Amino acid sequence: MKLITAVVKPFKLDDVREALSDIGVSGVTVTEVKGFGRQKGHTELYRGAEYVVDFLPKAKIEVAVADTMLEQAVEAITKAANTGKIGDGKIFVTDLEQVVRIRTGETGEEAL
Amino acid sequence: MKQFLTTFILLVLLGHAGFSFAETAVPVPPAANKGDTAWMIVATVLVILMVIPGLALFYGGMVRAKNMLSMLMQVFVIFSVMAILWAIYGYSIAFTEGNAFFGGFDKVFLKGITPDSLAATFSKAVYVPEYIYVAFQLTFAAITPALIVGAFAERVKFSAVLLFMFIWFTFSYLPMAHMVWYWTGPDAYTDAAAAEAATATAGFLFQKGALDFAGGTVVHINAGIAGLVGCLMIGKRIGYRKESLAPHSVTMTMIGASLLWVGWFGFNVGSNLEANGLATLVFVNTLLASAAATLAWVAAEWLLRGKPSMLGGASGAVAGLVAITPACGWAGPMGAIFLGLAAGAICFWSVTMLKSALGYDDSLDAFGVHGIGGIVGALGTGIVASPSLGGTGVWDYVANGVAEYNMLGQITSQAWGVGTCIIWSGAVSFIAYKIVDMTVGLRVSEEVERAGLDVSEHGETAYHI
Repeated sequence: MKLITAVVKPFKLDDVREALSDIGVSGVTVTEVKGFGRQKGHTELYRGAEYVVDFLPKAKIEVAVADTMLEQAVEAITKAANTGKIGDGKIFVTDLEQVVRIRTGETGEEAL
Repeated sequence: MKQFLTTFILLVLLGHAGFSFAETAVPVPPAANKGDTAWMIVATVLVILMVIPGLALFYGGMVRAKNMLSMLMQVFVIFSVMAILWAIYGYSIAFTEGNAFFGGFDKVFLKGITPDSLAATFSKAVYVPEYIYVAFQLTFAAITPALIVGAFAERVKFSAVLLFMFIWFTFSYLPMAHMVWYWTGPDAYTDAAAAEAATATAGFLFQKGALDFAGGTVVHINAGIAGLVGCLMIGKRIGYRKESLAPHSVTMTMIGASLLWVGWFGFNVGSNLEANGLATLVFVNTLLASAAATLAWVAAEWLLRGKPSMLGGASGAVAGLVAITPACGWAGPMGAIFLGLAAGAICFWSVTMLKSALGYDDSLDAFGVHGIGGIVGALGTGIVASPSLGGTGVWDYVANGVAEYNMLGQITSQAWGVGTCIIWSGAVSFIAYKIVDMTVGLRVSEEVERAGLDVSEHGETAYHI
């Protein structure tokens, strides 16, 4: 099993959720986050006082998938979140040791 | 506004009148005009709207979210404290005869004022009820100290704010109001000798001929200087120029500025005390100056900083309103636009360039907008009042006509007002801050400042999201 962590532009969140639903992913966790990458922040000016906003708002999506689904899921997210402009975000994939469904106690891929 | 006042107690009963004046027409005792009275009631409510919630939201939006309630609370409670002090002794010290700097104690606790008491206006034999004059002037006395808190926002103890305001109101606001506005009213100006005698009892700056229609000097320079002295003595906020101290809600600031703008028609037009033709000129001047200053500020920002901002627009409107305040009864409409454009550009310069050059932390620009805008307005009044520039000139109550206008002389008189106010308010403020610092202490601890004044000083938070 793999854990996919995708950081995307907030306004692309719905497209990503839809794309993942279409390939049969049954659940995701979303967090509003801030960060920086190659996309530069911006400056704000209040009565002459300049503030550099380094951390831009992004949406972080966490989704656990079976190994067989990985490629498809990554492709779905990449396609849905792509605008072609700097700041589209990143996808991180990590190994996932165990998953437990709390209600039934099922474990492993059964619990996904 | 400026003023006045003679109390007429109507002793003549109907029966006596009938007996005494049986042979002639029964004279009508002086009474207030109902239209003027209605307008003054509305104007007073409008000025209250300027303070709560107008000024509170204007300032509140500019601080960080953790200090929002401290701004709202300071303005709200200062308003309430000043209202009570005004009734106890403020009105009497500002608006009864005394010396050229302080009035007397004849009307402490509003003693002797009845529903039939009258206050003079700017027309002979025209009066408004004294109670509404008391209330209208109360709102001015209440907003002025509240303006000061913008200079030292986000770092001062609530108890220190209240103690400072009590001292400053007593020794700076009241004497400035007396110096600029106290006179016996126009009825006494029957001939040159009587006029001289009447003027000799007026306030110091009134005698100097300084014009201040609605409080450019008494309200704005007075508060602005107190703010400047405050932010110099209290010091900068933690993180000034290092951390983000950006406004938490420019939306709130826009709402506040808009309420100030609307309420200012009560402030300026109400200062005419009569609902007459001059009142409509004051209205137009107030409208045009604020619009012009908004455009000037936004244009300056757009040209020099690249983007026109909402905060700039809101600041410009307030700067224009401040600058037209002393001039609104003497400028013509084009003079008002000129004054507004100048104020918008100069205040933009003062908050963006002057402040960073001198390095003081006037958090919400109480000095940069009210102090500087007030000085621009006070001196500018001497220019735009000139009939040759479309102004009304200055009325001569003896000749009952417009007096010959001497621009240089008038600007000199205006400079007397500005200079006196800077020195007086500066000195009183310095001493008052020192007293407060030695007693309750001015500044909160670093820990409190980091946590925010809302939760530390008031035990609540503005937003639960």
